[in-house]
Amino acid sequence: MIQTELTVLANNKIAEQTIEMQLGLASDKLVTEAEKFMPGQFLHVKVGEADTPMLRRPISIADMDSDGNITIIFKISGRGTDMLGKQSVGSQIDALLPCGTGYPVEELNLDTALLIGGGIGVPPLYYLGKTLASRGTRVISILGFQKEDQVFYKEKFMNLGETIIVTDDGSLGEKGFVTDYMSKHIAEFDCFFSCGPTPMLRAVTEKLSGRRGYISVEQRMGCGIGACYACVVPSKSETGFKKICKDGPVFAANEVNL
Amino acid sequence: MISLETKLPGLHLKNPVMPASGCFGFGREFSELFDLNQLGAVVIKAATYESRYGNQTPRVAETAAGMLNAIGLQNPGVEAICKEELPYLSRFDIPVIANVAGSTIEEYVAVAKMLDETGLIQALELNISCPNVKEGGIQFGMDPGLAAEVTAQVKKTVDTPVYVKLSPNTADIVQMAKAVETAGADGLSMINTLTGMQIDLPSRKPLLANQTGGLSGPAIKPIAIRMVYEVRQHSGLPIIGMGGISTAEDVLEFLLAGASAVAVGTANIHDPFACMKIIERLPQVLQKYGFQNMEEAIEGGNRHEADLSRS
Repeated sequence: MIQTELTVLANNKIAEQTIEMQLGLASDKLVTEAEKFMPGQFLHVKVGEADTPMLRRPISIADMDSDGNITIIFKISGRGTDMLGKQSVGSQIDALLPCGTGYPVEELNLDTALLIGGGIGVPPLYYLGKTLASRGTRVISILGFQKEDQVFYKEKFMNLGETIIVTDDGSLGEKGFVTDYMSKHIAEFDCFFSCGPTPMLRAVTEKLSGRRGYISVEQRMGCGIGACYACVVPSKSETGFKKICKDGPVFAANEVNL
Repeated sequence: MISLETKLPGLHLKNPVMPASGCFGFGREFSELFDLNQLGAVVIKAATYESRYGNQTPRVAETAAGMLNAIGLQNPGVEAICKEELPYLSRFDIPVIANVAGSTIEEYVAVAKMLDETGLIQALELNISCPNVKEGGIQFGMDPGLAAEVTAQVKKTVDTPVYVKLSPNTADIVQMAKAVETAGADGLSMINTLTGMQIDLPSRKPLLANQTGGLSGPAIKPIAIRMVYEVRQHSGLPIIGMGGISTAEDVLEFLLAGASAVAVGTANIHDPFACMKIIERLPQVLQKYGFQNMEEAIEGGNRHEADLSRS
């Protein structure tokens, strides 16, 4: 992991309160390093002055291109993300990267993967889906959003494979929750991957219990490097906690108690 | 180049800057980012007798110029720390200060004894000030009699110098300092966090699972400075000062208030290189304000004795 300044290459609003930002690395050496960044890993971003806001914001990698440019997608939900969203093209952003343990893409040889994302949990699944597809895996995506104006990356996911968009109010795609639309594909996948709000992850893992899968967990985070013990999740196999920023944010679905 | 060397009981420091307990784990994660040998010392996360799982989440909340935390002393227990963490740290050429927490005097004594017997630590820091566990520590930090008792019992058991970490959550911190000094403490470290709370508007409830948490960061620095200054007037014990340090100027401010060394806490959380940056800039800052070495700055902190008693 390194601390570096990233240059904002693009800043686009892609849905309500949702920003897609492309970030460039400062040197070729870093670009070489970036080839090792795994889907599911995140950047720990510092915005503003020294102590305002005080803490970094963990934001997952939504995509990488061949030049080592990193795409992040985040929702403006407070002061930090608001300040980040206002960074114009050309400005510099302090980030620790890559943080955490990603999806074990290299170890998985899958015929079919089921991606289940909710809201701002959708972005890391794009980089994952793209990586899996490039390795010959068939990708099926079920993506949930609150309503139509919050939907993003619909076409991009459709380019990876079959995609079901679900909105709470049915304003785009299917009406309801992602868990209502999993049964159709239940026999087809070898492994599922899910990222989204904790209640959604709980519902998904309950419904798919016994199936091989990975989930990406979120929590209020401190240092992002595993030293402060702020972001933890109870472990299923042993008594105690796993560190989300270091052991995760990606865990095997049966590894942690949500 | 100004020498940053300084000496405190049991501690020969290359420079006066160390990470504060709980903000640096056991050093492993940071050792992947920089050479720990550059630090003045390392203060490890609190050790309790049994392993502790800590509090439920959320454990942190951001505040203006600071943060609240309620980790709850999560640690693998003193035995695992002695077997796995201290040997790891012994590969570095820096003093290790072990933070000791407990629910009873017997627990403090037992943990301190085990750490002492490893021969791998240069000082103990008695954590009588963690605000985040129900049965642990803080009652010792609020009651001068209990603080003195736990200090005396640990001192009786170990050879390693003992620093007592004082809580700001007390009516009279000078009285606490005097009590542990009389009981035989070799030094003080101060201050721990201040108890605070944040209400989450959507849920209308305290944001932290523990409800209350310890406030740290630049927001508490003036309180820490005031307390170090006051204690300096009434106690001869060397002080490791802490509370919101994030720059080399802050370090000098603590030295001039009366500290002999400092610990950096919350700054590590948002900038893992905070200690390194502070150490790098400290000689320039000392020079800028007319100090040739550390002793002069520390001496500067001792010069205004009895200022307060006159006022």
